Amino acid sequence: MQGTSGQFAIRVRDLVVGFRRHVVIDHLALDVRRGEILGLVGASGGGKSVLMRTIIGLIPRQGGEIEVMGSPINHDRATRSAAGRWGILFQQGALFSSLTVRQNIQFPLRENLVLSEGLMDEIATAKLEMVGLKPEDGDKFPSELSGGMTKRVALARALALDPAIVFLDEPTSGLDPIAAGDFDALIKTLQKTLGLTVFMVTHDLASLNTVCDRVAALADGKIVAIGPMHELLQSEHPWVRAYFHGKRSQMLQPRAS
Amino acid sequence: MVAPVLTATSSGDALELHPAGSWTAANAATLERLSSDVVPQLDRAAALKVDMAGMRELDTLGAWLLEKMSRRVTSAGHRADVIGMDDRYSGLIDEVRQVNRRTPRPIPARNPVVAKLDGIGRATIGASEDIAAFLQMLGSLCMALVGILRRPRSLRLTSLTYQLYRVGWQAIPIVVLITFLIGAIIAQQGIFHFRKFGADSYVVDMVGILVLRELGVLIVAIMVAGRSGSAYTAELGSMKMREEIDALSTMGLDPIEVLMLPRILALVFALPILSFIGAIAALYGGGLVAWFYGGMGPSIFLARLHDAVSVTHFEVGIIKAPFMALVIGIVACSEGLRVKGSAESLGKQTTTSVVKSIFLVIVLDGLFAVFFASIGM
Repeated sequence: MQGTSGQFAIRVRDLVVGFRRHVVIDHLALDVRRGEILGLVGASGGGKSVLMRTIIGLIPRQGGEIEVMGSPINHDRATRSAAGRWGILFQQGALFSSLTVRQNIQFPLRENLVLSEGLMDEIATAKLEMVGLKPEDGDKFPSELSGGMTKRVALARALALDPAIVFLDEPTSGLDPIAAGDFDALIKTLQKTLGLTVFMVTHDLASLNTVCDRVAALADGKIVAIGPMHELLQSEHPWVRAYFHGKRSQMLQPRAS
Repeated sequence: MVAPVLTATSSGDALELHPAGSWTAANAATLERLSSDVVPQLDRAAALKVDMAGMRELDTLGAWLLEKMSRRVTSAGHRADVIGMDDRYSGLIDEVRQVNRRTPRPIPARNPVVAKLDGIGRATIGASEDIAAFLQMLGSLCMALVGILRRPRSLRLTSLTYQLYRVGWQAIPIVVLITFLIGAIIAQQGIFHFRKFGADSYVVDMVGILVLRELGVLIVAIMVAGRSGSAYTAELGSMKMREEIDALSTMGLDPIEVLMLPRILALVFALPILSFIGAIAALYGGGLVAWFYGGMGPSIFLARLHDAVSVTHFEVGIIKAPFMALVIGIVACSEGLRVKGSAESLGKQTTTSVVKSIFLVIVLDGLFAVFFASIGM
């Protein structure tokens, strides 16, 4: 486990995923280093979410190997029940609507640990404050939260068991630029304080620029470019060029380099 | 992973704690015990030093427990220091220092009597709001209907046909099966008990009148409420949740006219037909049981049925059907529109819709019984 695989949080080798005859992920290889924030970009419907869901064992694969923190991942109960290894922030938050915010955060704790009620409340409040919410927000229900708050609560729930890896599915989609910027900063801070590895699917060029240590581009079912943002900007792959040098992208990027 | 330990050494009044091993959530139970064990010592200590040199792993839970110990000492007015901290953990320790500083205002417990009264008051207001919502839905339905009469082209014929197919045609097999069984059961019970008085031929009167006047339409209405009413509520509710109904209104269309009118009209058309089919199936079931269990041949059964029931009985039953359909449809649609954002509320509203429409159907049946009795039908 030590040595080469010790420095990688996620290793994906030769991964093939498809639905019937339609191949979405085609012999893909990807390494995520421990303690980095990796951003994954790709066309809409190009398999970003499929890749993420395959890594966490929600979608069965047709071939290849996946290792997370040194242990192999399969599409079975054992993998899915290995809670605490990772936290996942779903695109819409996926908060349990019948539970309050506090109960949502406590849910993984309650199911996996033996803790007293008092300590569980304190931990939930601590997580709430760590994601920048007020303790009073703990008594609200998910339907009473704004978009940004929902994402923060979902992040707090993903972090409830202090996982080593968090998967974020479009964390800033649907947020205004200020809220999205705040959320980016929050991810960066938490990643530093908790020593997290972050795997982030995103379309937000600003987040890619500011928080991601490396960016991977997924096109035609393969990782066609991976590296720090400035390296990706130099990439010659036509899709990557179109993505980062399109009209919308030009508006965001510095004129340098 | 290393099992966590907490060694406490005191030098004079000062307490020194040496947490070591893995202070992570995986060891939560042990950690909680360890930290509650040192509480008496913490309360006695005049100063605290936490030596983190032996710490192998630390997460939020462990950091918070250590922070709690420090706070216990500082709140008594003494000094608490953390030494020998690995740089890896400094961010986490600093973060945890900020949290749980402000206890949320406790919500004062309410007087149980006041709470009970409050509940009754809210239920009363809720009930009157229910009636208002029902009447409002009835009113806007009538308005939509008037609109249709003025501009017949605005009737959604495709939608109406589709809904008729769903609530009418597709419901036939289950309606036939259930009413057939009900008719058979009534006939069997009737024969079994009437036989004691030698009156078993009267079972035909009982089955005929009961099925045509009351049970046929009632059973079918209850089944339609459970089958189609719940589907209406769930459909409209999830459309409400996904803002589809708002989208319709912003396009200048009336959701009542587009969504509810075809559904309710379909029910109003379908329920009398289903009731008729149901009544025939029940008579058929009763007839079969009378033949095989009671030994009464089909020709005798039919002849007795001819004497026992009149068109009036059939009319009494079938007149009720469209009104019951209207009640089921209105309740189902107005409950659907009350769905809020959550999945839980969708489930709650669907249950409410079925319970309420079955209740109202039975109440309506009672009112009709009084009405028909007083006009001598």
